[in-house]
Amino acid sequence: MSAPPALRQAPGFLLQVALTLLGLLAVTFFIGRVVPIDPVLAVVGDQAPKDVYEAVKRELGLDQTLWVQFVIYVQKMAAGDFGQSLVTNRPVLQDIARVFPATLELATLATLVGVLVGVPMGVAGAVWQNRWPDQIVRVVGLVGYSMPIFWLGIIGLLVFYGMLGWVNGPGRLGVFFEDMVPVVTGVILIDAAIAGEWEVLRNAVGHVMLPSAVLGYFSVAYIARMTRSFMLEQLNQEYVITARAKGVSEARIIWVHTLRNVAVPLVTVIALSYARLLEGAVLTETVFAWPGLGRYLTTALLAADMNAVLGATLVVGAIFVGINLLSDLLYRLLDPRSK
Amino acid sequence: MSSWRATLLSDAPGSRREAKLGQIYRGWLQFRRNRLALLGLVIVVALMLVAAFAPWIATHGPYDQNLSQRLLPPGAKGHWLGTDEFGRDIFSRLVYGARVTLYIVVLVALIVAPIGLIIGTASGYIGGWIDAALMRITDIFLAFPSLILALAFVAALGPGIENAVIAIALTSWPPYARIARAETLTIRHSDYISVARIQGAGTGRILFRHVMPLCVSSLTVRVTLDMAGIILTAAGLGFLGLGAQPPMAEWGAMVSAGRRYILDQWWVATIPGIAIFVVSLAFNLLGDGLRDVLDPRQKR
Repeated sequence: MSAPPALRQAPGFLLQVALTLLGLLAVTFFIGRVVPIDPVLAVVGDQAPKDVYEAVKRELGLDQTLWVQFVIYVQKMAAGDFGQSLVTNRPVLQDIARVFPATLELATLATLVGVLVGVPMGVAGAVWQNRWPDQIVRVVGLVGYSMPIFWLGIIGLLVFYGMLGWVNGPGRLGVFFEDMVPVVTGVILIDAAIAGEWEVLRNAVGHVMLPSAVLGYFSVAYIARMTRSFMLEQLNQEYVITARAKGVSEARIIWVHTLRNVAVPLVTVIALSYARLLEGAVLTETVFAWPGLGRYLTTALLAADMNAVLGATLVVGAIFVGINLLSDLLYRLLDPRSK
Repeated sequence: MSSWRATLLSDAPGSRREAKLGQIYRGWLQFRRNRLALLGLVIVVALMLVAAFAPWIATHGPYDQNLSQRLLPPGAKGHWLGTDEFGRDIFSRLVYGARVTLYIVVLVALIVAPIGLIIGTASGYIGGWIDAALMRITDIFLAFPSLILALAFVAALGPGIENAVIAIALTSWPPYARIARAETLTIRHSDYISVARIQGAGTGRILFRHVMPLCVSSLTVRVTLDMAGIILTAAGLGFLGLGAQPPMAEWGAMVSAGRRYILDQWWVATIPGIAIFVVSLAFNLLGDGLRDVLDPRQKR
């Protein structure tokens, strides 16, 4: 079994993760300190007498050395205390928990698009190397790496909403459908299905289609490109020649023999693209007025709401680390060589 | 075959300079065969020319408002790409926007490549705990999606084009450090490095004179390929209102401003977006071509 070596590696692995998380905290702490806004003034206002100012400064722990402040900061963050948001007047963590399902919904659907379209496309590109399917993969990839995602979103709105009317406009739901289903998971598609509100579900699908397709396009570009190169590598292996010599059908060679070997690195790629979609989500959510983490972050930015900005940054960073970790673990589990 | 060409392609170059020039010429011959890369080069050169001669190419000033001529469609008299919500000529703003784009890209590259080069080579050559510490720091920066980290930096520094450049630079150096380190690790045990050390060269001298020059070609490829990403990030920041501030003619900000009119006056947002796309596509094509010539190992 794989458990013993995996267990032996675990302490080093965990230490690495802990160090990275500590590093994330150090970066956000540093950014928080660079801000030219005096946090004391933000609390007391610039009319406050000197003793009040000093008292608040002591209360906030700002009279301590930087090291002590950092330790306090780490303790607070570890306890889940991200501070209050200036805009919503609620704890930042609570805000993030509320908006995150929307982003999750978008990123998951986009990844689904990426896998369902990207993998077959990449396989086709490798099988028909340098023929037209391969050229399509190449063009899709190049465009994906060169296209501003926010612009693609706007054009999508213009064409599919404005001109064709195939999809619903910005936002997650039409105004009439707001608050019609009780929040269970926060993912409207699931909540509506649980409540049995099919009209709401239809409306929500109409809203989510375009943003997830736009975001998914970038996932397709990346996944197709990587699938193609993994497949090409495998198709040149000797076992493929052996299988062909034995008379195994080409379809079986591609979909059973090679794809199984490609699956392992592909899991990593898919996990990474999922993490990268979080980034793309910031711009997509702005275009589509999608009330997720990305839009929360940008709204907070424009309002100079630093607690919210740093909290959201930290959450995204932690998710990034988490997904990387997960893909690493999956790789070890799936790849028999690492046992 | 003309004589200079014969000299360039000769197998027995007469001098060091001839050998060097010959190498470049051969690289160019190989590069020239890649039509798409050549197209990319043409577009990038065109971008530079447009930026350099903006005042002569633009038909209007980038800030000239004329409210009686606002939101004119492309092909309108005197404004062949139309006008925006203040009646400013979109074509002229695009032309001046080329300057902003180039400014950002060049500055970021100038900041990032040397930082990555120094950190990466030092890390790889010195090794030990310095290597471990530096690589850990790179990992931390790589753990953030770069746009998100850039957003946080901009939030701290305040919006503006200089701060956008700093933020992008702060978030994009780690891959360069990684590449330079990997390159250094393969050459640090070469004989010529040992010779230099035995001759009494110090660490600094070995790094600057003997290690860094060999990392330059793979870094050049990476910089060119990254240009597209830098352009997109900068445009994204501009789009979010955190990069170049109005009324500056920055393409991302122009898309953002035109977004409000998208359903009725599509051109205001569409045209600057096409400019961003074309330029980053050009950098991608150019980078792919350069990679095949300078760094065939990385071929995808």
